[in-house]
Amino acid sequence: MSLEQFKDRNVGVQNYRQLDLPQSPTTAMCKVKQVAKRSLKGELFVGLGVTVREMVSTLFGKGLHTTQYPFEKLPISPRYRAIHEMLRLLESGNYRCIGCGLCEKICISNCISMETRYDENQRKEVSAYTINFGRCIFCGYCAEVCPELAIVHGGRYETASEQRASFSLFEDMLTPIDQLSLQQEYQGFGAVSPNADDNIKKTPLAY
Amino acid sequence: MSDITVKINSQECKAQEGEYILNVARANGIFIPAICYLTRCSPTLACRICLVEADGKQVYACNAKVKNGMNIETVTENILKERRAIMEVYDVNHPLQCGVCDQSGSCELQNYTLELGVDSQTYSIADTVRESKNWSSVLHYDAGLCIVCERCVTVCKDMIGDSAIKTTARGGEALDKSYKDTMPKDAYAMWNKLQKSVIAPSNGTEQTNCSDCGECVAVCPVGALVSRDFVYTTNAWELNRIPATCAHCSSGCHIYYETKPTSISNREEKIYRVTNEWNYMSLCGAGRFGYDFENTNVSKDEKAFALAIEAFKKAQTIRFNATITNEEALMLQTLKEKLGVKLVNDEVRAFQKFLNAYSDASGKSLYGSDFKELMNSDFIISVGSILRKDNPNARYVFNNVQKMNKGAGLYFHPIGDTVIPTFGKSVETFNHKVGLEEAVCYLILDLFAPKDKLSDEVKDYIESFKDGDTNGLVELLGKDSAKFKASFDKMMGKKSSFGLMVGEDFFYHEKSENLAKLIALIEEVTPLNIAFIPPKSNALGVSLICELDDEATGYTIGYNENGDFKLSALGDGNLDIPALNQQEGTLTNMNKKVVPTNSALEYNGYELNDIMKALFDVPRLAIDWTAYLPVDKGFMSHEFDSLPNHYTNAGVELRGYSLVKFTREANEIKVDRFDEKAILEGDIVCRANPQRQFSDFTDKAHQINEAFGLYVSDAKSKSIGTSKAEISFGDERLILDVMVDDRMEGDIVALPDFQSKHNVYGLFGTSRYKIVTIKGV
Ligand code: SF4
Ligand code: SF4
Ligand code: SF4
Ligand code: SF4
Ligand code: SF4
Ligand code: FES
Repeated sequence: MSLEQFKDRNVGVQNYRQLDLPQSPTTAMCKVKQVAKRSLKGELFVGLGVTVREMVSTLFGKGLHTTQYPFEKLPISPRYRAIHEMLRLLESGNYRCIGCGLCEKICISNCISMETRYDENQRKEVSAYTINFGRCIFCGYCAEVCPELAIVHGGRYETASEQRASFSLFEDMLTPIDQLSLQQEYQGFGAVSPNADDNIKKTPLAY
Repeated sequence: MSDITVKINSQECKAQEGEYILNVARANGIFIPAICYLTRCSPTLACRICLVEADGKQVYACNAKVKNGMNIETVTENILKERRAIMEVYDVNHPLQCGVCDQSGSCELQNYTLELGVDSQTYSIADTVRESKNWSSVLHYDAGLCIVCERCVTVCKDMIGDSAIKTTARGGEALDKSYKDTMPKDAYAMWNKLQKSVIAPSNGTEQTNCSDCGECVAVCPVGALVSRDFVYTTNAWELNRIPATCAHCSSGCHIYYETKPTSISNREEKIYRVTNEWNYMSLCGAGRFGYDFENTNVSKDEKAFALAIEAFKKAQTIRFNATITNEEALMLQTLKEKLGVKLVNDEVRAFQKFLNAYSDASGKSLYGSDFKELMNSDFIISVGSILRKDNPNARYVFNNVQKMNKGAGLYFHPIGDTVIPTFGKSVETFNHKVGLEEAVCYLILDLFAPKDKLSDEVKDYIESFKDGDTNGLVELLGKDSAKFKASFDKMMGKKSSFGLMVGEDFFYHEKSENLAKLIALIEEVTPLNIAFIPPKSNALGVSLICELDDEATGYTIGYNENGDFKLSALGDGNLDIPALNQQEGTLTNMNKKVVPTNSALEYNGYELNDIMKALFDVPRLAIDWTAYLPVDKGFMSHEFDSLPNHYTNAGVELRGYSLVKFTREANEIKVDRFDEKAILEGDIVCRANPQRQFSDFTDKAHQINEAFGLYVSDAKSKSIGTSKAEISFGDERLILDVMVDDRMEGDIVALPDFQSKHNVYGLFGTSRYKIVTIKGV
């Protein structure tokens, strides 16, 4: 096999900016001075102060900040990228995925795999779909590339399981049909931007 | 044809007089957008996107020829405007379904839309309902996606010769008048035509009833024509392309096996389709659709292997066929040399004898021409071959000469064929009696040989058939001689290069030796370039590498053939061996080229070289044998890994290497007269396969469904009258289904040989025709 593909490291346009850092100490004396200056500045106590203040206010004032996980769970940001979900069309209940294969192509860890076929209605049907979560790095590319907003990241971040293959089939990820009314539109990576309408050029139509 | 120079975008380019601008640009790495043009076919000017400016005038690069010193600009402001408008027009009402379309990612509509930066639409027209249809067992046409570039129509007419599809009325609305004045001119003209047409079978039915070659599928730039088996099964970018050589017939076409894992649960590679470089090479239906003949689920069966070694030690004969690599053939020849076994090959033996007889007579080790050269001739003759069935590429050559070179053709064969005469206006077909093949040669000598080059004996013999203006040879071959003379004179007008292809009838013939001499004589004294059509896959390679014997004796090993011990790539033998899509190696094709093929699918069992290793001290890999192919037969000692297998942008075929041709002094060629008593009369059967079937391997493929049966013309089936017929060869009889091949004419019936279990070669012996009795049962 040729090594060509490994030699091209020009991944993006790399425009890093150097921070304005002061000069690092060079002589031994300078180093000692810097250590002394940093240790004696008293910043340590600022931190301690915050802790004590919070402790006092918790004990005698506002009550506990601890969440009793796993009995209690905090709401998670819609932009968090956890286990994938496959959404359905709200009107018909059909799944949104059209089997275009873009998620399979873009997946950076090559962990999506799918089978499609020509179905009885002359349409492309996704006959099997899987994500290997043992390999997925939750990068969100699949959700971003999906033209149908079909594959999205859900909020289910507990991924410990007895076997890697868990959650990985189409049916596992698909919104259960009886919970269609609870299906939330995804707000994260790849979702329609609020000003999407402004960016559309109209195409003339003859009818 | 002479070398000239032109300037394209101020770059100096060498070109040949008469070449199209587009081809010159491509050969020199200059990009000119072009959609409807197919190399080797006539320009249709459907898309008009290839506009360029030549010496200040706008022309279409695909049909304007270069002239010495021409200055060509590929981009001007006006041209860009035209191109952008053309792409906008193509995008009008094109369904937004790239997401599911099979062509997405390799779609020329997508590519050019992006290339020309079409990000908005100016035009519109009401859409017409266009439904998708299945045209045949393999063709799926989605009219909604079709951009009416007519590439499918063009390839089917100019290359394949079926002319099975054509443009037909779409029934769409007429363009708004205002566009005529506001739109760029060419874009308007192109749209006007596009809006009026879609593609449909040209016989007026819903079915193409064609050769099912799938070449129209290959050339379609969009997802409109796709094979039914492939529709929606995978995206093009998921497939690995493995350059290989088709193993089914002696054309040895360049193909790509396209593979990907079978399914989510089965990660073994599977071939999803076969594609080709359709600008430079056309496939037939067997090559395109007959790809899944692999030997599956094979592991190393040590017991069977031990038995195989025993069998080889006591073998007296090895029976094999032509579907074999050069390397395997060399191994078998080595077995012959070391163990003294006999090598029997029914598919090749007769061809080998013919080739040897030809070499003896002519002093040349190989026939002089090849099919590449024949394709450039303007007068082509086919003898002894059922062109439509024997070898698809020979037939494409015959057809292409008519269509592209304003050519003429003579077709000699006992079995009538309704397709051949449709190849061109200047095609004359002779459906002569079986047994008159030598007379055909004498007629060719009469027509093409300068009289002073023929010996007195031959000259007098030919003259003896003439009586005033009547040429007895023409009459004997079944045509009116006055009429033929008139049309032949017309055919010969302005012709400069002549080709002759010689097929299987000549090899399997009682008089094959005399025929070989006659062919050698024709090559010597006439301007005809000659190429043979080797009967099966690697027949040429086998005939050069192996010393074959006539009769099998004693304990016989069958190598993909019947025998006491059978090695089989079909999975039905005592020991499994890999099929040709699981194997590396080289094949020798009819263009006298040694071409490499690669393995597309995994194979975990034993192969012939393992047996060789167990018996002798031989190289580790089968492909290590490539460098040892016999140099004295024209092979070269090249390592397998050094053999290229691709085409360049200029269409140059870089595949393997060409066999070296040896010549030596030869004596004067003495030919025998023919005997009219040899004519066969009565019920005659010919050994011939249906199109797309060549061997057990094509038969195994799931998309090739031509059945084993007795193929007859429509008229003959009526005279048989039943759906089954008994055909008896003396004592042996077969009861077969009667299959109507509506392109056959006449009373001769065809019995296929693609299933080796019927031992059809045994029934026919050394000839291709037999007198039999046929009765309906
Ligand atoms: S999140 Fe990233 S790694 Fe995971 S399946 Fe999607 S594309 Fe692949
Ligand atoms: S990108 Fe979206 S629509 Fe396409 S296959 Fe993946 S999930 Fe389905
Ligand atoms: S033909 Fe090309 S442009 Fe049309 S749907 Fe298919 S991929 Fe898209
Ligand atoms: S399959 Fe071949 S013969 Fe049939 S329409 Fe297509 S190109 Fe023509
Ligand atoms: S079917 Fe394909 S090749 Fe034929 S005209 Fe339509 S787009 Fe062109
Ligand atoms: S490629 Fe020249 S007109 Fe289409």
